[in-house]
Amino acid sequence: MSGTTTRAPLVRLTGCEKRYGTIVALTGVSLEVGAGEVTCVLGDNGAGKSTLIKIISGMHQADAGTYEVEGEPVRFGSPREALERGIATVYQDLAVVPLMPVWRNFFLGSEVRRGAGPLRRLDIRFMRDTTRTELRNMGIDLRDVDQPIGTLSGGERQCVAIARAVYFGAKVLILDEPTAALGVKQAGVVLRYIMRARERGLGVVFITHNPHHAYPVGDRFLLLNRGRPLGTYAKGEITRERLTTLMAGGEELEQLSHELEGTAAADAGLGRVAEELEQDVAGLSGEAAAPPEQGS
Amino acid sequence: MSQAVDAGAAPATADERSARRSALARLLARPEAGSLAGAVVIYVFFFAVAPPFRGLDALATILYASSTIGIPAVAVALLMIGGEFDLSAGVAVTSSALVASMLSFQLTLNLWVGIAVGLLLALGVGALNGYLVMRTGIPSFLVTLATFLMLQGLNLAITKVITGNVASPDISDMDGFGTARKVFAAEWDLGGLSLRISVVWWLLFTAVATWVLLRTRVGNWIFAVGGAQASARAVGVPVRRVKIGLFMTVGFLAWFTGMNLLFSFTTVQSGEGVGNEFLYIIAAVIGGCLLTGGYGSAIGAATGAFIFGMTTQGIVYAGWNADWFKFFLGAMLLLATLLNLWVRRRTEAAR
Repeated sequence: MSGTTTRAPLVRLTGCEKRYGTIVALTGVSLEVGAGEVTCVLGDNGAGKSTLIKIISGMHQADAGTYEVEGEPVRFGSPREALERGIATVYQDLAVVPLMPVWRNFFLGSEVRRGAGPLRRLDIRFMRDTTRTELRNMGIDLRDVDQPIGTLSGGERQCVAIARAVYFGAKVLILDEPTAALGVKQAGVVLRYIMRARERGLGVVFITHNPHHAYPVGDRFLLLNRGRPLGTYAKGEITRERLTTLMAGGEELEQLSHELEGTAAADAGLGRVAEELEQDVAGLSGEAAAPPEQGS
Repeated sequence: MSQAVDAGAAPATADERSARRSALARLLARPEAGSLAGAVVIYVFFFAVAPPFRGLDALATILYASSTIGIPAVAVALLMIGGEFDLSAGVAVTSSALVASMLSFQLTLNLWVGIAVGLLLALGVGALNGYLVMRTGIPSFLVTLATFLMLQGLNLAITKVITGNVASPDISDMDGFGTARKVFAAEWDLGGLSLRISVVWWLLFTAVATWVLLRTRVGNWIFAVGGAQASARAVGVPVRRVKIGLFMTVGFLAWFTGMNLLFSFTTVQSGEGVGNEFLYIIAAVIGGCLLTGGYGSAIGAATGAFIFGMTTQGIVYAGWNADWFKFFLGAMLLLATLLNLWVRRRTEAAR
């Protein structure tokens, strides 16, 4: 592995194991992420990705193996404890309230107040301005932070959730399938955002089942299959094609692509769709791989 | 002064302009906008068709009728915004009044003792509702339907056992009646115009609830637990405490309404209050509360109650058969619900 940094990685798991009763959900899994690094965890459904997240985020504890934060062994009893050490998890459902304004969502649970006694009240101007600034720093320019967050696109909502974690002092971001439910363009927005977080010196654990999303942003790739590690690779050690094939279902994807091409001959419309899709995927990875010029 | 100048000068960007332009749009986007417009229309309507409706004394009567629905409706609206229902609110009003009067009467205590016990009971019922809902996950509709039936049964049965009657005894000559009446049911004569204190209380509760909802952390939490409970919990909102608190707020204002009735009429019928829970909910819904939670306002609930008061009295002033009232109420409820549906579709369009 790339262990060239002199400082201890922000998060390091070694030989992690988790059993639910007699079922072994995870075994022999090691993972590390340093400041300014993106570690991708890849695996199909049931590979143990969510179990791994739960261990890192403090929801569950590993039955065996060690968990270190900045070189110090830890044992988290709750997500709150992990959060206090700067490990923030952004779940798939994002933990946002669709009908509430963006700024209220941004500060929900950590509201800033002013005044004292019974007149203690929300510092609305501060929260509104901070939300706007934080989002703008991350490249999202909202016309109105008072609009309900439900009116934002899926990608924008994901970004707000990430920006919230960053603002509240996260050093390590655990992103649970942030691109899974998104269209190609939206996924691009989120990937760019992951790059920004990395540039700001955060460690990112990016969980996904999509190698095309993982490859452009990842520094390290951990592949899981049925609770076991298939391998850990640094970026230079593996190609996108190899990563795709290693993933469970990689062969099937190839087959599907062939099938689509076959049908394309018969159906011009479908052919165009397949073509556009391919272009989008290509364009997306190009953008995400070269992010620094964008916006800042 | 300097602050105002700063605010005007510093961020003179496109954002600022668009925000200012949308002030009207923002008002229209408020949950209570529809009900405010409706209230104006209904006021103008009765003003036109019913001459007795135009006087200030008529307005005082309307406001009083509105306040008896409006006070509990404020709490019911908060609860609905928090994503829950309370069907027991209507009979809880009667229960607290019965407890306060019969306890004091039977034990010849100062009325304030009964009032305090009534308050504890109302808060207790609220806490029980909330605890059961949060602990079991049974929908609040069912839990409070059960407490509604139980309270109704207790009201009738205990009153019968104690007084052998369907009404509580007259308490007007008991200790503490004078002071309690001043607090809960005072009536002021303002140059021939009689203003009831419950109207003042109603406006005060509405103002406090509005401030809590929009300007405090608890208000933020109420919207959050109603809008997306799991998300609220995930970011550290104490969901259970918020919801139990909301049920207890309903208990508190039900008790307050009960005290208003008791000290206005000095005696309470044990069968009263049944069906009123729907009037509270209707007022909240007409005022823009979503049945599914996470959206609504206290001002809206007050406006809903005012619409209710105008319609009940307006029909009388217009000399119509009072049977029309329910039809009006139903029609308004339907309109309000359609409006709310449209609002929610619009806000969630991008989901």
